[in-house]
Amino acid sequence: MSAAPPTSRALLSIVDLRVRIAGSQILQGVSFEAPATGVTVLLGRNGVGKSTTLKAILGLTPAGSQVTGEVLFDGVPLLREPTHQLVRRGLGYVPEDRGIFAGLTVAENLKLAERVPDPDYDTAYGLFPELKQRSRQRAGTLSGGQQQMLAIARVLLNPNRLLLVDEPTKGLAPRLVTEVADVVARVAETVPILLVEQNLGLVRRVGRDAVVLAAGTVAYRGPIGPLLDDEQLTRALLGVGSHSRVREKQPEAAPQAQGMSAAHGAGGTAQS
Amino acid sequence: MSTFILLLLTGLGLAGLYYLVASGLSLVFGLADVLNFAHGLFLSVGAYATWWAATNLPGAGSEGLGFVLAVVFGVVAGAVIASIVELVLIRPLYRRTIAQVLVTVGLSLAGVALLQAIWGADPRPFPRPAWASRVTMIGGAAVPNSSLLLAVSAAMVLAGLLAFLRFTRVGLVIRAGVEDRSMVTALGIDVRKAFTLVFAIGGAAAALAGILAGVQFSVVSPGQGTSLLIFGFIVVVIGGMGSVTGTAWAAAAVGLLQQFVNYYASGLGDICVVALLAVVLLVRPQGLAGVAGGAHA
Repeated sequence: MSAAPPTSRALLSIVDLRVRIAGSQILQGVSFEAPATGVTVLLGRNGVGKSTTLKAILGLTPAGSQVTGEVLFDGVPLLREPTHQLVRRGLGYVPEDRGIFAGLTVAENLKLAERVPDPDYDTAYGLFPELKQRSRQRAGTLSGGQQQMLAIARVLLNPNRLLLVDEPTKGLAPRLVTEVADVVARVAETVPILLVEQNLGLVRRVGRDAVVLAAGTVAYRGPIGPLLDDEQLTRALLGVGSHSRVREKQPEAAPQAQGMSAAHGAGGTAQS
Repeated sequence: MSTFILLLLTGLGLAGLYYLVASGLSLVFGLADVLNFAHGLFLSVGAYATWWAATNLPGAGSEGLGFVLAVVFGVVAGAVIASIVELVLIRPLYRRTIAQVLVTVGLSLAGVALLQAIWGADPRPFPRPAWASRVTMIGGAAVPNSSLLLAVSAAMVLAGLLAFLRFTRVGLVIRAGVEDRSMVTALGIDVRKAFTLVFAIGGAAAALAGILAGVQFSVVSPGQGTSLLIFGFIVVVIGGMGSVTGTAWAAAAVGLLQQFVNYYASGLGDICVVALLAVVLLVRPQGLAGVAGGAHA
C-alpha cells in the first residue's frame, strides 16, 4: 500500500456513493476516481450534489443523513472514520462558505489549522502576503476575497495528499477570481485537487479531468478539454445558458483569467 | 449612600453566584449544543462534597487552610462528576438533542433524590469560616464578607477563564468550536476532547458556586442547585450562548437588578429579572454578546 503509486493510479475512489438528507435523495450512486496528480473538477448544475459529495467524503453531512457506498483514500475506507481522523490522513478542505472563524483573528485562524509541528507559513504567506499584514485583524472583518485566501492558506500550512476545494471563486469580483485561479494553479503543481467550480474559465485553465454530476449520478467522466470544446454537450450537462444568467460576472471573468495567467507567468514572484 | 453601596456590593455578590453557575452552562451549550439540565446537580455535588470533607477528610475543616482544602475537594468533585456525566451519559447522545434533554433532566431529578436519600431533605448547617459571617465596613456600609467572597471569586474565575480561552491551544479550539464545530473537525481536530474539558470546567465553576452559596446561606440542601439553575439559564440566555464576557455582563445585570428592586419593592426582584429576560429576547434574541444570525452551526 505504501509503495509509491504510479501516477495513473487513483488516489481517491468513490464507489456507488448515495446520500440521503432529510428525506430527499441527493446522490443516487456516484462513482468516480481522482488520480494522484492534477486537478479533477467536479461539475454540474446548481444543487446537483457537488458540495454534498465533498461533504460526504469528509463525513460532514448533516446529522441524521444516510450515507452509503464506499470512499477509498489510497485504499483506506473513509466513510466510517471520524472527520478529524480522516483529515489527518492528509485531506485538506476548503469549504464553499470558506468556513473561517469570524471571531478569531487571522493569526488565530491559521494557528488553529496547524496539524504538524512545523507548519509551512512560508508557502501560506508567500502566496498571500496580505494575511501577514492583517494577522491581528478579526477574520470576520476581512473582505470576501481575503476570507477565501485565509481559507486556502489555512490548508496549505499542513502537508496534504489531496485537497478538496469547493467553489473558491464563489461571490468574488473578477479580479479576485483571477488571483484565486493563479493560486489554485500553483498549488496544483504539488498537490492533487478535487475541485468544485462553476467558473468555466478557471476550470479550463487548471483542470485536467472532469466529473459531471446530473440528477444525482455521474453523467460524464473524462478529460476536460473535449467536454468544454463540445458546446452542445457542455450546454446539455452544465446548462451554461441559464448559468450565465445566474452569475453575471462569469463571462467576462473567464477570458480575463486566461489573460492574467500569462501575465502571472512573466511576473513569476518568489516561490520555492 | 451607604445603602446604595451595600446593595451594589451584595448585588455583585449575587451576580458572582449567578456567573459561576452560568459560565459552565453557557460554554457547554455554546460548544457542544448540550442543554445541560443536570448542571444544578454539579452545584449540589460541590456543596455536599465540601460539607462532607470539612468533617470527614483528614486535614480539612471549617477554618483557614482546612476550609480551603475542603473547598478544593468540593471543586474537584464537581469537575470529576461533570466529566463522568459527559463521558458516560452525554457522549453517546451527541446529535440527539431530545434524548440529551431527557437524560440531563432525569439525572438532575435522580441526583437530588439520591442526595435526599443519603443525607435527608432538611437543610444541613454548612461549615463556614467565622470570617465569612462577619462584615466589612466599606463607605459606611456593613457588607457581608460572604458577598465579597462571591464577587471576588467570580471575578477571578472570569479572569482565569478568559486567559485560558485566549492563551491556550484548547482555548482556541473552544472559541472556534463555539462558532463552527464541524469546521473545527474538518481541520483535523478532535473537538469532542474539548467537550469533556468544558464540562469539567463548568462542573468545577458550578461546584464552587454551590460551595459559596452554602457559605452565603450557611446551609446546604439537596434542592439548592436546581433553584439556582433557573437563574443560571436566564443569565445564559440574556448574555448570549457561548460568550464568556456576555455571560458576565448578564450576571451583573441580573444580580444588581434583583438586589436593588428587592430592596425598594420587596419581592418584585425575581419578576423584574424575568421581565428583563423578555425584553432582551424581544429586542436582541441572540443575547447581549451573541452574533446576529450566527447562532452556531
